[in-house]
Amino acid sequence: MLGYILRRLFYVIPIALGVSILVFALVHIAPGDPLNAVVGADAPAQVVEKLKKDYGFDQPLPVQYVRWLGRALVGDLGLSVVNNQPVTSALAVAVPNTLMLAIVATTIGFVIGSLLGGLAGYYQGTWIDKVATGFGVTGVSIPHYWLGIVLVIIFAVELNVLPATGIGPGGSDGWQFDWAHLRHIILPAITLSVIPCGIITRTVRATVAEILSQEFVQALRAKGLLNGRIMLHIVRNAAPTVLAVMGLQLGYLLGGSILVETVFNWPGTGYLLNDAIFRRDIPTLQGTILVLAMFFVVLNLLVDIMQTLVDPRMRRS
Amino acid sequence: MNISTPAAPETIDVAQVAVQSRGYWATVLQRLRRDRVTLFFGGIVLLVILISVFADVIAPHDPYKASMIKRLKPVGTEGHWLGTDETGRDMLSRLLYGGRLSLFMGIMPVLYALAIGGTLGIIAGFVGGRVNMVIMRTMDVFYAFPSVLLAIAISGALGAGIGNAVLSLTLVFIPPLARVAESVTTQVRNLDYVEAARASGASAGKIIRVHVLSNVLGAIFIYATSLISVSIILASGLSFLGLGVRPPEPEWGLMLNTLRQAIYVNPLLAALPGVMIFITSLSFNLVSDGLRSAMDIRV
Repeated sequence: MLGYILRRLFYVIPIALGVSILVFALVHIAPGDPLNAVVGADAPAQVVEKLKKDYGFDQPLPVQYVRWLGRALVGDLGLSVVNNQPVTSALAVAVPNTLMLAIVATTIGFVIGSLLGGLAGYYQGTWIDKVATGFGVTGVSIPHYWLGIVLVIIFAVELNVLPATGIGPGGSDGWQFDWAHLRHIILPAITLSVIPCGIITRTVRATVAEILSQEFVQALRAKGLLNGRIMLHIVRNAAPTVLAVMGLQLGYLLGGSILVETVFNWPGTGYLLNDAIFRRDIPTLQGTILVLAMFFVVLNLLVDIMQTLVDPRMRRS
Repeated sequence: MNISTPAAPETIDVAQVAVQSRGYWATVLQRLRRDRVTLFFGGIVLLVILISVFADVIAPHDPYKASMIKRLKPVGTEGHWLGTDETGRDMLSRLLYGGRLSLFMGIMPVLYALAIGGTLGIIAGFVGGRVNMVIMRTMDVFYAFPSVLLAIAISGALGAGIGNAVLSLTLVFIPPLARVAESVTTQVRNLDYVEAARASGASAGKIIRVHVLSNVLGAIFIYATSLISVSIILASGLSFLGLGVRPPEPEWGLMLNTLRQAIYVNPLLAALPGVMIFITSLSFNLVSDGLRSAMDIRV
């Protein structure tokens, strides 16, 4: 077991290196000079040369990569070319906001998805199954950025009961646990939750149906066990798969909340990324993507390890 | 939004497919004919494709013609019965024309990825060994990104434009398709009759052509159709962010973006383009599900 975990940990290293190379390469597939965001096209040549040196853009690519990676490893992602502030300090504000949104959305998705999927799997073929399955398909087919707009129209514009944008009252940029902030997270979290909702509904339905078709359930029934007790067995058997899917979903939402954050002006990583793209702020773009991708890699690793601990049969090669 | 990781397809009835060879397609057709949901949504997919192709015939107005005095007219206005957008262009015409770019940008990446990822996966699965390792480990790196993030990162770095958006989405869909192709090919390769063909001296090319492709293509194709729905949502999402289609081209995601300012004035109008994306993506998804169960493929 320990050996497996160590091997799995070791396997993360090449993946993480590959990810860092890909993120670094993004700058160099970008058209134009990354300095264009800092100085105008008519800037004097000496100024451009000096800036190039300051940002390290005059070095050969492999040197730039190794330097960038070395700095990134000790938590230095460079300076934003827009406001000259460290990228890490912008991320320190944005990451918790995105994390908050993603965790709330995954939780909503998990609760609703497990409930619907469980019902659908248990009452296979009935109308309950059809409604829940239909809900699942809708969840994965709906353009969630559009759902966000529709929810804003209904609850903010027409009913005027919830705020349309922002993370808190009066341009607040950080999360706090009070009703004023809680009101702001309701719509974006529901919007973001439809994807995990749909996927978890589908997963739970398939898992429950599969477990029900196994012999041990019939044995339990034959033993005269009540439905409630049988449920307990089903939950225990379905839990590893469902938890794994949920963990991965959290990772997807961390990286995938950019559209929802744009709709709701949520000051998280997606918003930061969007801003960086349009201002051509390459260091911020690189840093944000690197951090989000690493979150995903680590989450994947944790899910794998946890799954193996719960159920050694799950060991992935 | 994400591409559900293709769980290791341990149970694919390749053997069954092969046995049924002659009656297989007849069986599939018969199953489809009985599946009303798939037929209905298949009809909608066809309808969306047709109205996009024939947009220039059906559309009542020029989709680019703006009008200062007819801005943001509500749904039901005479002459513009789906209203007009923020620059006074006819919504119905723009929605009809919008299907062209939205469908193109949704379907093309999946086709490209099917060709590239499918080939890579079949090679990896068939050759095995070091080639497999190099190909599949490279795919793993792309897999380490959530799909939305990867699409936005690449097209964000490349800049706005239809070509860049298609390119970035293609790169997003290559790894999952390669993975499915690889695992199905590996399974088929180890089946007894492929061994028998190899033992009787068939060349690698012939084995791939005759034995592997016929069994693998169906599975990859079905998996690819399930990606179209995701691809349409992502493609329109890129345009919604300002990374795909540029104004004034009509495209559903971009229209959704430019009409956002109208949600206080004319909310119904602002929501219309999203309805089109939703209907199209839902229909593709259900048709894919229907085809999958009709063809009895489990990936």
